[in-house]
Amino acid sequence: MDAFTTHTGVGVPLRRSNVDTDQIIPAVYLKRVTRTGFEDGLFAAWRGDENFILNQEPFKAGSVLVAGPDFGTGSSREHAVWALMDYGFRVVVSSRFADIFRGNSGKQGLVAAQCSQSDVELLWKLLESEPGTPVTVDLTDKTVRAKDLVAPFEIDDYTRWRLLEGLDDIALTLRHEPEISAFEGNRQTWLPTTDPLPAV
Amino acid sequence: MSRTLAEKVWEAHVVRHGSGAEPDLLYIDLHLLHEVTSPQAFDGLRLANRKLRRPDLTIATEDHNVPTVDIDKPIADLVSRTQVETLRRNCAEFGLRLHPMGDFEQGIVHVVGPQLGLTQPGMTVVCGDSHTSTHGAFGALAFGIGTSEVEHVMATQTLPLRPFKTMAINVNGALGEGVTAKDIILAVIAKIGTGGGQGYVLEYRGSAIEALSMEARMTVCNMSIEAGARAGMIAPDDTTFDYISGRPHAPSGADWDAAVEYWKTLRTDDDATFDAEVTIDAAELTPFVTWGTNPGQGLPLSATIPDPEKIVDENERVAAEKALTYMGLEPGTPLRDIRVDTVFLGSCTNGRIEDLRAAADVIKGKRVASGVRMLVVPGSMRVRKQAEDEGLDKVFLDAGAEWRQAGCSMCLGMNPDQLAPGERSASTSNRNFEGRQGKGGRTHLVSPLVAAATAVRGTLSAPADLEN
Repeated sequence: MDAFTTHTGVGVPLRRSNVDTDQIIPAVYLKRVTRTGFEDGLFAAWRGDENFILNQEPFKAGSVLVAGPDFGTGSSREHAVWALMDYGFRVVVSSRFADIFRGNSGKQGLVAAQCSQSDVELLWKLLESEPGTPVTVDLTDKTVRAKDLVAPFEIDDYTRWRLLEGLDDIALTLRHEPEISAFEGNRQTWLPTTDPLPAV
Repeated sequence: MSRTLAEKVWEAHVVRHGSGAEPDLLYIDLHLLHEVTSPQAFDGLRLANRKLRRPDLTIATEDHNVPTVDIDKPIADLVSRTQVETLRRNCAEFGLRLHPMGDFEQGIVHVVGPQLGLTQPGMTVVCGDSHTSTHGAFGALAFGIGTSEVEHVMATQTLPLRPFKTMAINVNGALGEGVTAKDIILAVIAKIGTGGGQGYVLEYRGSAIEALSMEARMTVCNMSIEAGARAGMIAPDDTTFDYISGRPHAPSGADWDAAVEYWKTLRTDDDATFDAEVTIDAAELTPFVTWGTNPGQGLPLSATIPDPEKIVDENERVAAEKALTYMGLEPGTPLRDIRVDTVFLGSCTNGRIEDLRAAADVIKGKRVASGVRMLVVPGSMRVRKQAEDEGLDKVFLDAGAEWRQAGCSMCLGMNPDQLAPGERSASTSNRNFEGRQGKGGRTHLVSPLVAAATAVRGTLSAPADLEN
């Protein structure tokens, strides 16, 4: 995972709440077994409408998505994060994220920046009145900045640390392998295994 | 110190406590796999030259992509076929048990785990699928994970997690005639909203929950995620133990006694406190249906389509306007007047034997309305077999419904079972998102009883409407 400290890019105002993962990427795009190239599936249904924000200049080249509350609800598909990142997004700003989506973002290096809804509204107004305004997201001081607007955002400290350092979660966990083995030695013997059952 | 059920299960699985901002490391007792969210995780293992730590705590099934007709033939959709074949190759390479299409134990991953007896109280269960919350019905801590986490569990059999907050959902009283577990959970989601459970584990409690069968409890816990909660739980009791007893992977003999003794401790202590509580009166519930494009946009079947102009909150108003445009509905229309094209009975929410029995009971001796197609898709091959042994397949076929093979099917339309653009369904599944059941498709979430009655009348209906 690439480290993330600060990012500046075109902000995209998405005035929708409850943007669920079926909207971010419909299930039909989930049949692939590869890990890249999901940008064509991003908001696939909405992109068929020429008035959709990502079909307009300068938002086509957006990298900071500013969305309504309850972003990323629904399915656990990490493809939603892959699609956003493959398209070019590095940050999503919302006043509330679904838990699984937020977790998936943290694993991939997409910053899920939780701002107040009033700051989201201010960002929407600014980005709509002055399209193309650069938005800077600074993970070191946890702010979103655009022109005179400085909006603090929340992100949990551990995810922030991992993103700043660009650390791989599995490698971090494997440092504790002896503790995992010790735990396994103490598990109840009656807990089930998935070993095949003897034929009846 | 007094603790909630969720806290007890959490603490029993802490491999190491994190310090400061660092999360706890939690041991995972059961990892369920399917073809959609696993291929990139297997690739990750290979790239890093890592082993899959516990094949003996891992099981895979094919469910999302599989067709529900002609399963003796290769999958026609080449992309789907590749994904299913990739799972088969990966399971062979890493030595994992897989129940492929056509196998007697194949089915939707959340139907298969419980029916094999692999899901037991007090366990931690994960799967790259948000409806893993289903398994919480047994008093397990069960939740959906993303593909990075799937890879993490494969490599370490653990997950780094920060503790959840806890929310009690108290449902007291007795359900009325024709009111089901599905109506309970749709009412809960309408009450707390699609984000109301974010950051929480829900614990469903109260006399109405205790009175539910195991399968009905699974329906309730299954949709916890639609309220934003990663997990929902119900304390195990005799209903739970009776369900597990004798299943293929259930403990037996002295192990059974030891297990039950432990399972009986898995209850929220009397003086424990939840971070939040919600109370619902079961007696006030009636059949519930959704009218919009998220599962929180639901109302009693007797209601009319709401008028967005009367919604005070701006975000909710805009969401309602967009939903009604997408759904092609006008404010003030009685829900009972809404005509459907398709009825879907199935999914990890309502594809179990009791669901099929309930619907068959309503539709027996009647006909699916002309112009309506009804798909009946059992949650697993074992459910299908049991239904056929009971003659339920004949009931559905005689009524003019289609009797299919097992899988996720039209719940998410990854296989050929999809709605056409503009088509409207009454569906016993869990999500009414835009395009969920097919691009441009319009979904109303309902219980199996409402699904069956709707199939007969052609408009959203409860069984009681058939008597008039």
